[in-house]
Amino acid sequence: MVSDGAAVPKAIMVNDLHKSFGTLEVLKGVSLVAEKGDVVAIIGGSGSGKSTMLRCINFLETPSSGEISITGEVIEMKPDGSPHNQKQIEKMRSRVAMVFQSFNLWSHRTILENMIEVPVHVLKVPKAEAIAKARELLARVGLADKEDSYPAFLSGGQQQRAAIARALAVDPEVMLFDEPTSALDPELVGEVLGVIRDLAAEGRTMILVTHEMKFAREVANKIVYLYEGRIEEHGTPAEIFGAPKSERLKQFLQSVT
Amino acid sequence: MNSLRSLLVPHRIVMMVLFAAFVLWCALSMRWDWLPKYLPLAIEGIGNTLLLLAVSLVVGFLLAVPIGFAQAFGPFYLAWPARIFCTVIRGTPLLLQIWLIYYGLGSLFPQIEGIRDSVFWPYLRSAWPYAFVALTLSVAGYEGEVMRGALKGVNRGQLEAARAFGMPRFMLFRRVWLPLAIRDVLPTLGGEAVLQLKATPLVATITIVEIYSVASRVRQDTFIVYEPLLLLAVVYMIIAAILSSAFKFVENQVPSRR
Repeated sequence: MVSDGAAVPKAIMVNDLHKSFGTLEVLKGVSLVAEKGDVVAIIGGSGSGKSTMLRCINFLETPSSGEISITGEVIEMKPDGSPHNQKQIEKMRSRVAMVFQSFNLWSHRTILENMIEVPVHVLKVPKAEAIAKARELLARVGLADKEDSYPAFLSGGQQQRAAIARALAVDPEVMLFDEPTSALDPELVGEVLGVIRDLAAEGRTMILVTHEMKFAREVANKIVYLYEGRIEEHGTPAEIFGAPKSERLKQFLQSVT
Repeated sequence: MNSLRSLLVPHRIVMMVLFAAFVLWCALSMRWDWLPKYLPLAIEGIGNTLLLLAVSLVVGFLLAVPIGFAQAFGPFYLAWPARIFCTVIRGTPLLLQIWLIYYGLGSLFPQIEGIRDSVFWPYLRSAWPYAFVALTLSVAGYEGEVMRGALKGVNRGQLEAARAFGMPRFMLFRRVWLPLAIRDVLPTLGGEAVLQLKATPLVATITIVEIYSVASRVRQDTFIVYEPLLLLAVVYMIIAAILSSAFKFVENQVPSRR
């Protein structure tokens, strides 16, 4: 760690973020700070806006207003919240990798081709180098023998592990996980959580939207509880799960455990 | 070879023997003495048919992609013209389109001052440009409609993943969106290609020498009716078979599970 904390830019800073779909205001001013190496878990009931919040960070949803900066770089926004500079957005996205609930591997490419697609074509890494790295990552998530398979021939858990490897292949500074285990059969959840756990242990900066409370408690060092588009409570896992202050959070934790 | 063994079952052997007998009977008891004389012309005709087919399929498809995209996602001033174009092309007979272009457009050009002295005149005077244009527009109209649905039907999540990894828009379209869309409609495109093959004889009506017009010529010259038509059928069947196996081959490049 760098001792001069002020000089290290925050991995992610979200300030007073609002998002409306038509007249429905989904995010009513949320803020979030993630230091380098932080694992932030966003929890909350369905419709609380947690996925929307995550998707606003890399502008998959266009925020209505607010401020977002990634590793110290402020994303320029027009007054209506739409990105000012498409090039800046694209560059930022290639440093912020996302893992989706429904994996979203490209079905017309093999697993290995999925891995090298972005490094080779977007980041202009030499192909041989990208392939070598992809194989290394596939071995790490236990899919070394699947590099020539097409996504449709893999189980959900395997697909999600491949999707995580694809995200790692761009050497991301921040990883966003949007309910990575929600589409999986219960017996496959463990293998995916195992991979994410390893990433947390090696100090990856991650923002994680999840329904797995036990996992959030174990892996995250910051928990954010969203309720109806506002941050109702945030703190360390011990504070949130051990001594919840808000009545709503208490009810929520009771309902999910 | 598994596929060979699957052919050697009794009912298939009987069918093959019957077919061979039919071919033999055709060869021996029908008149084929005209063939050597007309063979060079027939080969030219086949070449022209293939040329018309290839150009109209390739150029037509290149037009169909933006037409389909404009229909599905374009602003109204692009979507509407694209929609009207497809409706008109699909709603009128190809023969009519060919004639409108050949006799309509073709009779407008000579009225332009000095065009007969220009370098374009030898081309504009022949029927070829009009045949290419008419067949290409037809493919563009039909495939434009196919691509509209195909582009619309692509899995959103996979497009979102490409966006989320910072792919620029055009690269996303070229490397993810379009390949996924085409893969979904390959069987349809293959069928349309075969239909297009069988639409090419219509340009015989504007003096293009393709294989169908060669068969007509033989009939006019020699009063032999049936044999040239039989040969014609065989030629189209062979081209159609090659077309569909080519599409099948491309389809099999990416194994899918549904």
